[in-house]
Amino acid sequence: MRHIISILIENESGALSRVAGLFSARGYNIESLTVAPTEDASLSRMTLVTWGNDNIIEQITKQLNKLIDVVKLIDLAESAHIERELMLLKIRTTDLTRAEVKRVVEIFRGKIIDVTPTTYVVEMTGPSDKLDAFVKTLDEDSIIEVVRSGATGICRGEKGLHL
Amino acid sequence: MELSGGEIVIQSLKDEGVEYIFGYPGGAVLHLYDAIFQQDAVKHILVRHEQGATHAADAYARATGKPGVVLVTSGPGATNAITGIATAYMDSIPMVIISGQVPSPVIGSDAFQEVDMIGISRPCVKHNFLVKDVTKLAETIKKAFYVATTGRPGPVVVDVPKDITDPTIKVPYKYPKKIVMRSYNPAVTGHKGQIKKAVELLLSAQRPIIYSGGGVILGEASRELTEMTRLLGYPITNTLMGLGGFPATDRQFVGMLGMHGTYEANMAMHESDVILAVGARFDDRVTGKLAQFCPHARIIHIDVDPASISKTVKVAIPIVGQVKPVLEQMLEFIRESKKQPAKKALAAWWEQIEQWRSIKCLDYDRDSALIKPQFVVEQLYAVTQGDAFITSDVGQHQMYAAQYYHFDKPRRWINSGGLGTMGFGLPAAIGVKLAYPEANVACITGEASIQMCIQELSTALQYNTPVKIINLNNRYMGMVRQWQEFSYESRYSHSYMDTLPDFVKLAEAYGHVGMLVDKPEDVKPALEEAFALKDRTVFMDFITDRTENVYPMIEAGKAHHEMKLRVAPGTTTDRELA
Repeated sequence: MRHIISILIENESGALSRVAGLFSARGYNIESLTVAPTEDASLSRMTLVTWGNDNIIEQITKQLNKLIDVVKLIDLAESAHIERELMLLKIRTTDLTRAEVKRVVEIFRGKIIDVTPTTYVVEMTGPSDKLDAFVKTLDEDSIIEVVRSGATGICRGEKGLHL
Repeated sequence: MELSGGEIVIQSLKDEGVEYIFGYPGGAVLHLYDAIFQQDAVKHILVRHEQGATHAADAYARATGKPGVVLVTSGPGATNAITGIATAYMDSIPMVIISGQVPSPVIGSDAFQEVDMIGISRPCVKHNFLVKDVTKLAETIKKAFYVATTGRPGPVVVDVPKDITDPTIKVPYKYPKKIVMRSYNPAVTGHKGQIKKAVELLLSAQRPIIYSGGGVILGEASRELTEMTRLLGYPITNTLMGLGGFPATDRQFVGMLGMHGTYEANMAMHESDVILAVGARFDDRVTGKLAQFCPHARIIHIDVDPASISKTVKVAIPIVGQVKPVLEQMLEFIRESKKQPAKKALAAWWEQIEQWRSIKCLDYDRDSALIKPQFVVEQLYAVTQGDAFITSDVGQHQMYAAQYYHFDKPRRWINSGGLGTMGFGLPAAIGVKLAYPEANVACITGEASIQMCIQELSTALQYNTPVKIINLNNRYMGMVRQWQEFSYESRYSHSYMDTLPDFVKLAEAYGHVGMLVDKPEDVKPALEEAFALKDRTVFMDFITDRTENVYPMIEAGKAHHEMKLRVAPGTTTDRELA
């Protein structure tokens, strides 16, 4: 099963490599990993998407908690949460396809943020599966570049991850 | 008080109560060594190779419970220390390793003797720190000791760039008394409700067994464990790391368990209905085939590290906490409980265990014309009245030591269990002898292992640490040879050495006493002679039976009840008992 683990970690050099190193050393999967400082500059927030059975996820969270730099973590998949990912896409366009691409972007509530005679750059946010769905609607040959941020997420309501 | 970075390191160690640093100088730590030179509160032990420094410091920690301290230079000094750091990490030994680093401005430029010590050590330390600011140096060292010694202990590296120790830059010094880290709060006491449930399950058991590990030794809980085990009257087995946690000469002790554990310990585990696992981690050498591990048992697991619980074996009642307070609480609940251990069931269980014990799985040919390695360990036990500190290397001799030297006290058995590091034994013996100069210290080793850190014979002379080296010389890497005999139709690929040194001469060349012993009847007199030489390191080269194997054995992929036992006298095949 897919899990989104959200981590508050000391904003120290090497903190990211401790997390990444743990995953490679113990053979856990990482689908995506995003990290940036929070409103408290001494803390970073990391969002890590992984998958595995319950035993593996239990070990992953325990091993992450064991890292000295990890302050707190939460498995977002365990409760109601919102997940978002940012994607930037560069698409080759022609007179024939331009209108159609624009219409699909609108359906997916994306934005076209750069236009040249031969390309569009599309910005889109949403849950990762929505972004997947959008990419699938496009003609494969028209895609020049796909840049995805990896998923981030937050709990709904009072629940959450803070000090 | 204003001090330079170099002085801060040494002063911090002094304030931390450090007695010995094990180290080796080099360019990046010259300022530090100059600070060492100008004081004598913290004694520096100069080893001959950084690996030796880490093993000596590690063994000092294992024997005393105090953290071991290592000082090495950057680059090769740091990489040479890695094997010893990984050894300590696998066995959860508290250790602080200070490594020199190239000056901050040139980090990342492939400078002379530069390695990324933080990156290289990361997977085998509990934590590591790169010091970037001399004003944070004392606090960082305090943190290192705090992290290394609390919770599940482990090695911590502090990487110190050379400019941080610059003698011309002085800053105010204050060593923090206490440290709080918001990201690190190790568990202490266990959950009361869980402990209560555990006691209920334990008292309802029909075929119980207590399985205790290195956590009992590290957690200073052997008194509580012994008290509880005696109160309950249950059988107890120890892991390799847990030996000495419960007196081995007690009737309730059924021996070590696992790959080379006793028949009675492994069978009792296999047939048990309730297991109390204390400070043990269900290592693969203990469990054998996981799918068939203790099929009838409900398991209670006490461990300070939540990640150890249900890692390989699912348990019924997990208790996260330090072993000592948890056992104290358990004792209290047991005493308060109206329930008593099931007397009748327990009597039947003991009868069964005695039956398993009666096959005497550790018997060997005592009439052999060749020296049997087990015989040497037994004689060593007799000569030292079972009261020596025993360090060992890794292989057959390590298993013989664990099986035939009966440890009644914790911290007497010093070996590399998790990582299985050959070369550990000799520097370890030096570390122990420094901690306990009056005690008998013996290193049980083999002719292959001893050569991995033999240079430390020189250290032993310099610091007058008279240890006895018991070299069980079978001219083979015995354990490798044994596996090749069992699993590779005796194709002994590179497991022998036909150009061994003359160990007697070698010992003498290093300024020690060398003895060659090749007859069984000479074993005991030679040991007596060696231990009578109180102030000399003695290298005893015992020429042993080269075909001897370690039994019992659970071969890879087999379960506890599928042990291979010794060839019965008069037969040619191994006895398979199930």
